[in-house]
Amino acid sequence: MLDVLHNIPWDVIVIQTINGIVTGMILALIASGLTLIFGIMDVVNFAHGELFMFGAYMGVVVMAATGSFWLALVLATLIVALIGAGLQITTLRPLLGRDPLTTILATFGISLVMQNYALWQFGPVARKIPEPFTGQFTLFYLQYPWYRVLIAVLSGAIIGGFWLFLKYGTYGIWIRATTQDRVMAQAMGIPVPWVHTAVFAIGAGMAAASGVLFGPLVGVNHAMGLDWVLKAFIVVVVGGMGSLGGSIAASIFISLLEAYAAIWVSPAQAVIVSFVVLILTLLFRPTGLFVPTPK
Amino acid sequence: MSKRPTIIYWAGFAIILALLIIAPLVLPEFWRRFVTEILIWGLLAMSSDILIGYTGMVSFGHSAFFGLGMYGAAAALLMVRPPNLWLALAYGLVGSAAVAAFVAYFSTRMRDIYFAITTLIFSQIFYVIIFTWTEVTGGENGLSFRRPPLAIPGLYSAPFTSETLHWFVLAMVTASYLILRRITRSPFGMVLQSIRENEARTRAIGYPVERYKIVAVMLSGLFAGLAGVLYAIQNRFAAPDFVYFLVSGETVIFNVIGGIGTLIGPIAGAAFFLLLREGFSRFFTEYYLIPVGIIFIAMVIFMPQGLLGFARRWLNR
Repeated sequence: MLDVLHNIPWDVIVIQTINGIVTGMILALIASGLTLIFGIMDVVNFAHGELFMFGAYMGVVVMAATGSFWLALVLATLIVALIGAGLQITTLRPLLGRDPLTTILATFGISLVMQNYALWQFGPVARKIPEPFTGQFTLFYLQYPWYRVLIAVLSGAIIGGFWLFLKYGTYGIWIRATTQDRVMAQAMGIPVPWVHTAVFAIGAGMAAASGVLFGPLVGVNHAMGLDWVLKAFIVVVVGGMGSLGGSIAASIFISLLEAYAAIWVSPAQAVIVSFVVLILTLLFRPTGLFVPTPK
Repeated sequence: MSKRPTIIYWAGFAIILALLIIAPLVLPEFWRRFVTEILIWGLLAMSSDILIGYTGMVSFGHSAFFGLGMYGAAAALLMVRPPNLWLALAYGLVGSAAVAAFVAYFSTRMRDIYFAITTLIFSQIFYVIIFTWTEVTGGENGLSFRRPPLAIPGLYSAPFTSETLHWFVLAMVTASYLILRRITRSPFGMVLQSIRENEARTRAIGYPVERYKIVAVMLSGLFAGLAGVLYAIQNRFAAPDFVYFLVSGETVIFNVIGGIGTLIGPIAGAAFFLLLREGFSRFFTEYYLIPVGIIFIAMVIFMPQGLLGFARRWLNR
């Protein structure tokens, strides 16, 4: 028994904990947009991964034009938020009041179009966003890049800022009111259709921001959104559909588990851990792991 | 039901069947293959219609059943010498039925969107397993094998030609269609439709809704597996790409384009989709999904009944 404890590589575990938190924060940024869109509009946004991917590509384009990573981050977020608003007005607004399942179909169609558009525009070769700075610090036997830590901090800041906006901003209160009761909010004079558009735009912008932040870690290509949207779906179900805090907690929880699993198996197989978490959640707590038990 | 529509229905059925039987004799090789492929994808779409159209559950996981059918057939064809067609069918069906039972047990606890997401994630589980388990499944490259001869044990054995393959697929698809049609009109099928219309009331009447749903998913998975076996036999390979969720998405697209809850509609949808793909890929090469996706979105918004529903309304007018 003690022998097993001695064999645990503690340095690897610390490194994987940091890795897990970094990916967890990116995932949280993606998933909170997805949760928000679901919670308010009953829309399961299949195209969320593609908005993430588009954000990364916009980052590449702006970066190439201006050379500034921070400008790329801001502009990509704004551009994709606008694209999101356009998509919502043209395809999702006509579906308002229909079966939520039709929104899955429509957004699935959007994701196919966007993915192939990106393939057409940017080609199959992965693009690279250079890291804004290359500083590193020593972590046991590794040179760990500061940029990864920065990603986690920035993602946390964006989510935190968004939470403050929801809590105290006038428009944030409109959004929460619409979540609670769409009809009543409408009766109180809140322009519900525009709240929906704004929420979709915000969710799209958050996905794009995470795309730009994540870009330097991997190559940017047209299929990069698929993995993330699946993971974000798992997170949203595990965290409890429509619960923002639950999604964030679930993002970090699942990313940590996957990072630990990756010590022993290949990262491709580590994904199975999150599938198992999902199955167990569905079996024992179908309302979500991180939400209070419904009365 | 009155007598006349039934006669019209069977007459139409006979005409289409006759056309499909003649098709390989008059069409050039490329289109012959194309029609066979339409039938196979149509069968997959039809199997998913049991869930989407009749039970009201949108499955985004049909690629798992389809893919396991393919890999089951591959296992039989690679492991057993000489390759046997019926053994391939049996292995494929057992494989897909086992997966369907597993998926059904978990996913039927969820409803609506949650069901769709759960089935999607389950199909991805099988994708990851097949993709990473290289020693057994061939990983990314998949498995290739030889096509078994068309044989009736002890009576007849001849290698498949593209005509006999087409007729074999046609026979399988027609039989599946007739079986599925019978099932949807049976008391069991009626219960499924009542679950779609009002699940709470169906439960209140005393039907064990969960059990019905599980059986529906398994049935659907079984026929999707049959489509997978046929596809494996036609193309002589099994690849992880066919377990990927985009195939499930296309299955749902076939259904929506063709018209859900009609069984024939999904086949028409598959034919329409594949024709569109063929047509557009001449102009857009590999980016054909851009126009096809836009048409699909437009159909979701403006034509929720699908082609068949639209045609029916137009005829009635």
